[in-house]
Formats: sequence, C-alpha cells, structure tokens
Amino acid sequence: MDVLTPRSLDEALRLKTEHPDAVPIAGGTDLMVALNFDRERPGVILNLGEVPELRGWSRDDGLLRIGAGLTYAEAMAEPLRSLLPALAEASRTVGSPQIRNRGTLGGNLGTASPAGDSLPPLLVEDAEVEVASLGGSRRIALHEFLVGPKQNALAPEELIVAVLVRPSGAPQTFMKVGPRNAMVIAVCSLAVAVDRERGELRAAFGSAGPVPLLVIAPLAEADGFPALVASAASPIDDVRGTAAYRRHALRVLAVRGLERCLAA
Amino acid sequence: MPEPVSEQTISVEINGETYEQEVEARKLLVHFIRDVVDLTGTHVGCDTGNCGACTVLMDGKTIKSCMLLAIQADGATITTVEGLAAGGELTPLQRAFSASHALQCGYCTPGMLLSAAYLLEQNPHPSEEEIRRGIQGNICRCTGYVNIVEAIKSVAEGGGA
Amino acid sequence: MSAPVPLLVARCRALPGSAAGKHSLELGRVGESAARVDGIPKTTGEFAYSSDLAAAGMLWGHTVRSRHAHARIRGIEISEAVGMPGVHAVLTHDDVPGEKRYGLEFPDQPVLAIDRVRYFGEAVALVAAEHPEQARRAAAKITVDYEPLEPVVDPERATEQEPLHPDRPTAGHGYLDDPRPNVIRSMVVRHGDPDALGDVSVEGVYEVGIQDQAFLGPESGLAVPDGEGGIDIYVATQWLHVDRDQVAPCLALEPEQVRIHLAGVGGAFGGREDLSMQIHGAMLALHTGRPVKIVYGREESFTGHVHRHPARIWAEHRAALDGRLVAVRMRILLDGGAYASSSTAVVANACAFACGPYRVDNALIESTCVYSNNPPCGAMRGFGAVQTCFAHEAQMDKLAAVLDIDPVELRLLNALEPGDVLPTGQTLTGSFPVAEVIRRAAALDPPEPEELPRDPLRLPGGSGNTTHGQGVRRGIGFAAGFKNICYSEGFDDSCAARVRLFAGGAGELQAEVHCAGAEVGQGVTNVILQVARTELGIESVVLAPASTADVGSAGSASASRMTWMAAGAVQLACRAALEERERTGVDVDVERVYRHPRTWPLDPETGQITGGPAHVSFACAAMKVVAEVDVELGLTRLVWIGTAQDVGKAVNPQAVYGQIEGGTAQGIGLALMEEIQTRGGLITNASFTDYLIPTTLDVPPIVAELVEDPEPDGPYGLKGVGEPPTVVSTAAVLSALRAATGRELARVPVRPDEIVGL
Repeated sequence: MDVLTPRSLDEALRLKTEHPDAVPIAGGTDLMVALNFDRERPGVILNLGEVPELRGWSRDDGLLRIGAGLTYAEAMAEPLRSLLPALAEASRTVGSPQIRNRGTLGGNLGTASPAGDSLPPLLVEDAEVEVASLGGSRRIALHEFLVGPKQNALAPEELIVAVLVRPSGAPQTFMKVGPRNAMVIAVCSLAVAVDRERGELRAAFGSAGPVPLLVIAPLAEADGFPALVASAASPIDDVRGTAAYRRHALRVLAVRGLERCLAA
Repeated sequence: MPEPVSEQTISVEINGETYEQEVEARKLLVHFIRDVVDLTGTHVGCDTGNCGACTVLMDGKTIKSCMLLAIQADGATITTVEGLAAGGELTPLQRAFSASHALQCGYCTPGMLLSAAYLLEQNPHPSEEEIRRGIQGNICRCTGYVNIVEAIKSVAEGGGA
Repeated sequence: MSAPVPLLVARCRALPGSAAGKHSLELGRVGESAARVDGIPKTTGEFAYSSDLAAAGMLWGHTVRSRHAHARIRGIEISEAVGMPGVHAVLTHDDVPGEKRYGLEFPDQPVLAIDRVRYFGEAVALVAAEHPEQARRAAAKITVDYEPLEPVVDPERATEQEPLHPDRPTAGHGYLDDPRPNVIRSMVVRHGDPDALGDVSVEGVYEVGIQDQAFLGPESGLAVPDGEGGIDIYVATQWLHVDRDQVAPCLALEPEQVRIHLAGVGGAFGGREDLSMQIHGAMLALHTGRPVKIVYGREESFTGHVHRHPARIWAEHRAALDGRLVAVRMRILLDGGAYASSSTAVVANACAFACGPYRVDNALIESTCVYSNNPPCGAMRGFGAVQTCFAHEAQMDKLAAVLDIDPVELRLLNALEPGDVLPTGQTLTGSFPVAEVIRRAAALDPPEPEELPRDPLRLPGGSGNTTHGQGVRRGIGFAAGFKNICYSEGFDDSCAARVRLFAGGAGELQAEVHCAGAEVGQGVTNVILQVARTELGIESVVLAPASTADVGSAGSASASRMTWMAAGAVQLACRAALEERERTGVDVDVERVYRHPRTWPLDPETGQITGGPAHVSFACAAMKVVAEVDVELGLTRLVWIGTAQDVGKAVNPQAVYGQIEGGTAQGIGLALMEEIQTRGGLITNASFTDYLIPTTLDVPPIVAELVEDPEPDGPYGLKGVGEPPTVVSTAAVLSALRAATGRELARVPVRPDEIVGL
C-alpha cells in the first residue's frame, strides 16, 4: 500500500485526478476497520489529514459551510451544537470519545453507510454536499449524494470538500437504537424536525433501508406520520436486528420525536 | 507534487522524545508505538476501534491508535501510558488504580488511564455519571468497572489527575 | 530438577509473578485487602503480556483456518507460499512430529486438520515468516481444496445424523453408554420418585446463546527452541502443566523437553484452558530453529478458542401449595461443537446444579451434549451452572407467581442447608449458607426511582437518546444459585508449591515461592504471597514466575479452585519448609503437593454418588437487580445490583469484591447482549463491533456483601469466589426484566424483539 499526503486542497485534487483509485483517508475510523480485517487492500491511499481547507467551518449569510474534516467532537461543541442540535445529538452517539475525536463528517459521507449517524440529521436539514475536482466544484443534495449502501455520487476524481447547510432553527432531535447503552452501530436511527416555517414534519431514518431516507409530511398530519415513516423503510434482517423490529422501532421513535419537537 | 510512496518519514514526539523514522504507509500507529518505538504498554485488543486498549493522547486528545496510520501522526505529540509517570513519579490516577484494585488482568488499564486523564483534564470534578461517560469507549472485561469508577472518583475528589 | 529458563526474552520488564520491582508495596496477610502485587507494573505499562514478548531472530507465525464449518480436504497446495519473500516454513498435518491429535480431556482434535474440517476456523496450515505481514500474505497463497459437506448445526438433530467422530472419543470413560451418533456425554440423575405430583406445576423451555469469554488480550505466545531439541513456550494460559502434557506428545518430545512459562495474561475466563498457539508455535520454532511468535487478532480469537455451551432446557417444577418443591424434571441439551474440550464436565455440572440451591426430594435430570459443526465449546466461567440457573430461577419465579408467594420467601422456604441431600444423593456437609445469602441480598435496599426528566444516559437506550421517560417501566428481580468449588467426580485434583527459605544479606529470613498457578488477573499472586507471609511470619517473600520447569502442576485456574488449591499448597509447603529449617538449621528448598478431600464418580446409570461425595464443596450467591425497561423499544438500563455471596473466608476482601463485580458484569452481558451468532456453522459477528460487551453505561453500581461462613475443608476456611456471581447474575437480570415487562423472556441474550413482543 502506498500513500499520498497532499498539503493543500489543490494538491489533493490534482493527486486524485492522477490517481483516481486512491482511497481518501481522513479520521480513518471506517477505513482502518476494513484494513485491519484485511477486507480492503487499497493500492494507494490519499491522506487528507494535512489539507487545511477541509478543516473547521464558516458562516456566510446564514449558510453554514462545514469542512469535510470536521470531527464529531467539533460538531458537539458550541455554537454548532445550537445551530444543528440533531447533528450534535447524533455525533454524541458515534462510537466513543476517542472515535469522536478522530471521525469526520466527510468520512461519514464518503462511507455512505446506511448506518452513518450524521446522515439522518443532515438530511432533515436539507444539507448539500460540496464536492470538487480539478475541473471545479459542484453541490449535490445529500439525498441524491447517497445512492446505495456504501455508495455515493462521487466521481472517481472528486473529493468531498464540505457540507453546506442553512440551519432551519426548527425543533429537532436524533435517536439511535442499539442493544448496548454506548458504542453501538445503529440497529436503526431517526432524526426528526418539526419545521413550522415550512409547515413540514421531517424525519430521516438510518439502518432501515439501503440508504438513509428523508420522509416529509404536512404539519397537520402528525397522527399518521409515524406509520408513514415506518412504511417508507425497507429494512432487512441482519446480525444487529430484524426487519420487523426496525420497522416497529421507527414507529416508536417517530412518535417520540414528534412529541419532543412539538413540545419545544 | 508528491508521488505515491510505500514508506514515508515521519516525525512524532512520544512522551517527550522525538522519533524521526521512515515507516511503511500501512503501519498502524499502535504498531509504530509498540514495535518501532518499543513501548508495549499500549495494547491491541480488537482491531476495530471498540475496546479502547490502544488509547493514547494525540495532541492532547484521546484517540484509538489502532484506528490511525502512523503516517497520520506525522508532526503530532503523543502520550502513552509510559509517559504518565514522567520522572518516575506515579500519577494520582496510577496510584489509585493500583491501590483500589481498579484492574485485574490489566490489559485495559493503560487505555483506561489515558481516557481518565483526558476526562479529568477537561473536567477536574466529574460526577459519577460523567466519569462513566468519559470512559465509555474503554472496555474492561474483568472488573465490572466499579473499582475503576471509584479510583477515578477518588482522584477527582482529591484534586488533580 | 529445573532446566534453566533461557534469557532470550528481550522484554522481561515484569513477567507475571515477579514482585513489584522498584516500587515498594505493603503486602498483607490472609484476610487483608492488600494492594495487588502487579498493580503498579500494570499501571505503568511495564507488565509484559504474552503479546509483548520478543526474542532475537524471532519469526512470526500465522495460522491458516478453515472458512467452512464442515468439509472434506482433498488437498493442500503450499508450493507458492513456500517461495514467498521472508517465508521460512509452511507446515501442514504431515509435519506434525508426533501425535496428530490433542485435547484437554480427550485427544479428538487434530493439531492441523487432516482430511476434514469440522468447524469454521479450524487450523489447517501454519506459516512462519520474517514479518507478520509476509506470513499473512503467504498464508493467503495456500490453497486448500475443500469439498463442502452438509454441516451438523441443529443439536436436536445431531444424534440422528452422520457421526462427526465415528470413533466415539469419549466412550469408555465411565459415562452412561449412549450409542447415538454425536453424543459427547449424556447423563441422567434420578432421585426419589420423579413422578411425584405436587399441587401445582410450572413448565418452561429456556434457551441460552453462545457466549464468548472475550478476554481483552487475544491469544499470543512465543516459542523458543532450546538448541537441544526441546522448546520453551511463553504463553498466556490457565493450566501450564496440562498444556505441556498435550504439547509434548504432538511434538514427539518428553514432557521435560517442553517447558511452559506463564506470560502476562490479558484475561482468561475459561477461554485459555484449551490450547491455542502452543503446539503451532512450537512446531514452527523447532522446524526453523528460530523463536516464533504468534499473535491472534480479535477475529481469529473468536474462532480460535472454545465458547460457553449454548443450551436448550425444558423444565417442569412441581410444588405443594405451601411452596415446598415436590419434584423437578429437566432435560438439558448442550451443543459442544466440533471437539469435546471440557464438555463432559459441563454436562455433569448442568445436571448437578439443575435444581438450584433448593431441597428437592424427587428429580429426574437428563442432560446430553452433542458434537456438531458449530463453534467448539468448552470452559467459561460458571460452566453448566450458568445455563441451568437461568432456567431454574425462571421456574422459581413462575412458581412464586402461581402460588402467590413472595419470590424471596419461596426461595428461603426451599433453601438447602447442611445435612440436606442433593439430587445426586450427596449429603451437604461443611459450610453452605443459602438462606443467609438470600436474606442478606434481599435486605439490601435499592435506591428510590429517579425523578424525570433526566439525562438520557440515565435511561434505557443510554447515549442513543431514545426515551425521555416514555415507555419506561421499573422491575426488581431476584435470583439465587450455586456451583461446585474445585474439580469433581473423582478427578485427582492437586496443586504443588515449592518454598525456598534462605538467609538474606543481613542474615534475615527470606523466601522464594514457586507455584504454577496461573495469574490470569484474578489475583492468585496476591493469594500466594499473602499466604506465604502469614505462614512464614516474614515480609520478604517473592514469587518466581510460573513455569513447568521448576515446580509441579498447580492444576487449572478454573472451577473457582485456584485460590483454594494454591493457598492449600503454599500453606503446606511453608509449614514443611519451616519445620525442615528448624530441624536442619540450614537453607531449605521443599516442594509439597496439596490435595483437597477426594471425590468419587457418579453412577453412570442413576447419577447417584458412589463411595463418597462427587463434589468437595459448594458456594452460593443471591442477587437483587433493579432494571428499567423501555417496553416499547425493548431497551434496558440496569439501575442497581445488590448481591450477597458465600465466600467462606475472604483472603483479600477487595479482590473478592472485584471478582463479584466482574463476574456479575459477564452475566449481565449474557443476559442483555453477548452472543456469537452463526449461520450454517459460520460465525457472523466475530468482532467487537457486533459481539457486544457491557460498557460503563451498561454495568450499574454493584453493592456486594461477603458472607463469611468458614468452609471446614478449605484452607483458612476459604472458598472460591469467581463463578457464583456469573451463575446468578444472568438469571437475576432476567428476573428484573420479567418483572418490568410481564413477559416470559425465555431466551438469553434477550432481544429487543422479545421485550416488545414481536
């Protein structure tokens, strides 16, 4: 295995064009599991840890631009925590403190796992993914970015640069079901927001279908919303849980999520 | 423009000493610490970032060193369990763990100590709940955590890790 | 008598057994909560685990394992691997120098698979290379030509399927003759009139999944050739001498040519009682003439050791209206997996403790353990008793409900006491304070329910933030259980200790103790030193590293026996050394072998005692658990645990509390989350990502009370303490979950689906 360590975004994009098969690594918390269990043997990895443009976040006229290298621990800190509360709650459920110090939003997007904890809260907030190549950058709506289990819309020469989101300010929450009270991969998860300005109930689930999925209903349809969320899911049986349980749990989570957000 | 390299020279400060070393791209940080620098107090328990036995401090924050390539630590400052008792003086946490049976087989202890030290640095007087939350990423299979929580609590109450 | 221990091990910072080095410690006597001898080296990183060892010129070994649960091997192609860079040896069954099979009790397991693999992960070939990565790459180039066979995966059907071991390795060992295919051992205990009718009867079918010891330090060790044909093996193990006795014949060596030295052990819990890398590492080392180190990763560890037996148990309890048990009938089916390991003893334990610590005049207990192509099972903390305790305590709760008697009262009413007769016909003697532990645990007051709102971390679902109080119900559960201490059924159970008494530099008396009892984290090092200090009346005592080279067998660090046996042996040797020094006036070096009172086998037809007791001693425990359950999501938070345990006499009370807390946590794991899952015999969750172990947020505060009622036969009155907490905690947690949910919950680990009623 070889490594490329660019020192700027421009260099990173050039290298990605020259080596489209290079596997990007940021925090490493997903990729390293695959490497350690010998599931993946990439020829070249692209170490993004030294690219300053990917770090931190900024705000411009209400639009947040969150660098792909933002860690979960950073997403849990103020003022981001108040701006994107469901994302902060989701970040708190990721792995353990050590993993939250390393794992990044960009990594979660790149892996595009159905269980990616940051994805439901970002879907609820209509986030976009900014991707770039030498040819320029483009924005992809998150729901279009996630195309299948562990598959995203990134072209081989592109890198994930940032997440763009305009915080709705709507009451929102995130819940994740696991048989252990810390450090679990979601059996299923749900982010819920009640956006009175838009007149919408919004929910996005994880680990209950090939991709995390956003479900929207008019504000007035709160009663039927939990069933709508459950029916939108297409869960499977696996080592972490059964399809029937996942569907059931989503319904319960949706009821509770609405209750929390409507009370807020 | 860099070319793909299978080895890269990195410079890492570990427990106050700087190691400049050519390492294979695929070498994990934990193996660099254990096999190259020969500090075997950092243990490998799971290979998946779960157990926390390989926890070290990198630039002041806890990380799991099996979830990192050594090359990603280039330029970083690392503290391992061997770096806690700098100058031979055990830290209050080390003394408390030893005195109050906060370990049995001891395999989790180095990682547990670093998570506890990080916790107390951020929050010198944590509640029991905050202690449990602080070490949730470190699995102990022997003790049931009771004495570990007690040991950390005793240090927090005594003031200072 | 002792071969020199080679000093090739470069990193002997603090091998287990050695004293605390430069750090001085106050070390207590018997009964004192002295600090752990290994406490400081384990907090500084100095303590050398088996995975930390290195030797000059060392190679790395790697094991090629089967990806099939059952297959015929048509051929193994190694030529490409042999030519890979850095490779020094590629070995298969053809290269096993001596006996081709080994086993803890029965040599039924090939060192390397010969013509068939019987489980997922079975060792097939070995590689040694300069670098671990080279060894892995070469291993990937070994081609095994498998013809997949139908795996035997349903233990209910195993006795009707093709035998996996047609030669019946466990037949002819004094067990019930059971000619059905794939029976490892079956056993019947018939006592009184099993058809006796009570006023009421309750029935249930219970199931226990496969639990893994999941010790934190994966298997590892270093084999070093001695240059004279022999081998030194530094390894994390539980039973040095029986390792040696299994290794030597396979290497075609005399036992003295194989020296097992205890390296630092990262937990054991039964999972290191069988061999892991010992023969493999030694074969590679002898073949190459170089030291060879083997370190398993976590995935390999899951397939490389035996697990707790999964069980299916049918039980019927009959009782009189006043609550007295009239009859118990139980049928227990255990899946032993591909090889026997300690399965025969697990069957016996399952039968012996099937009724719990209760007086039952009439019983019929039938237990069978079968071979299958599922993961092999053997020793894990509390074996046999954990599975049946889960069943008998569920039955006691059912009975209490049917009779409308308080569950604690029902248990007290039936509690065994000395003088009572067990279903095996053995009369209880000595210490057995069942009623006392029940009363003491029941008297512990749990905290009041906490107010809402609270931090979600203090609610079921924990960090998942799934409830702010919705759906949460509180339940209080109770369980009692018991288990034997030390080996049983006529096993010649012994422990050797050697004491050297000599004058130090200033003429003061000093002692060096040798004992091969394995320090696996349980604290036997402290026990040995505390006993030696107590007996010798001096402070200056050191314990030599445990090794087969310079002392006789200590037996296994298992069956809650090591403290008892090591204390007995060290006490005996210390007293003999003092006597001899008194008599001769010179430095002395004496070795003594301690045996606990003998036991006898059970009658193979009736399961009744023959000649004398089958067990030397028993220990009991009772536990109260408070749980909060989110009944809509099926998630759980344990709030508090209170327990009382019969410990005889605590040699080091703080260490005893640690055993109780840790043992309880493992039972919590089995109750709520720990299970090796399989499909067609293949393990589907061999990682800590999907095999979940309790974290700090899953184990509640545990209040433990020690009941000290001295055991007349135990040294200083002590009993073993490691297993009873694991035996009762799974049952007690489930009792609390049932109280909270009103559901039967007849399977562990309990799944959220079952709690919500899907």
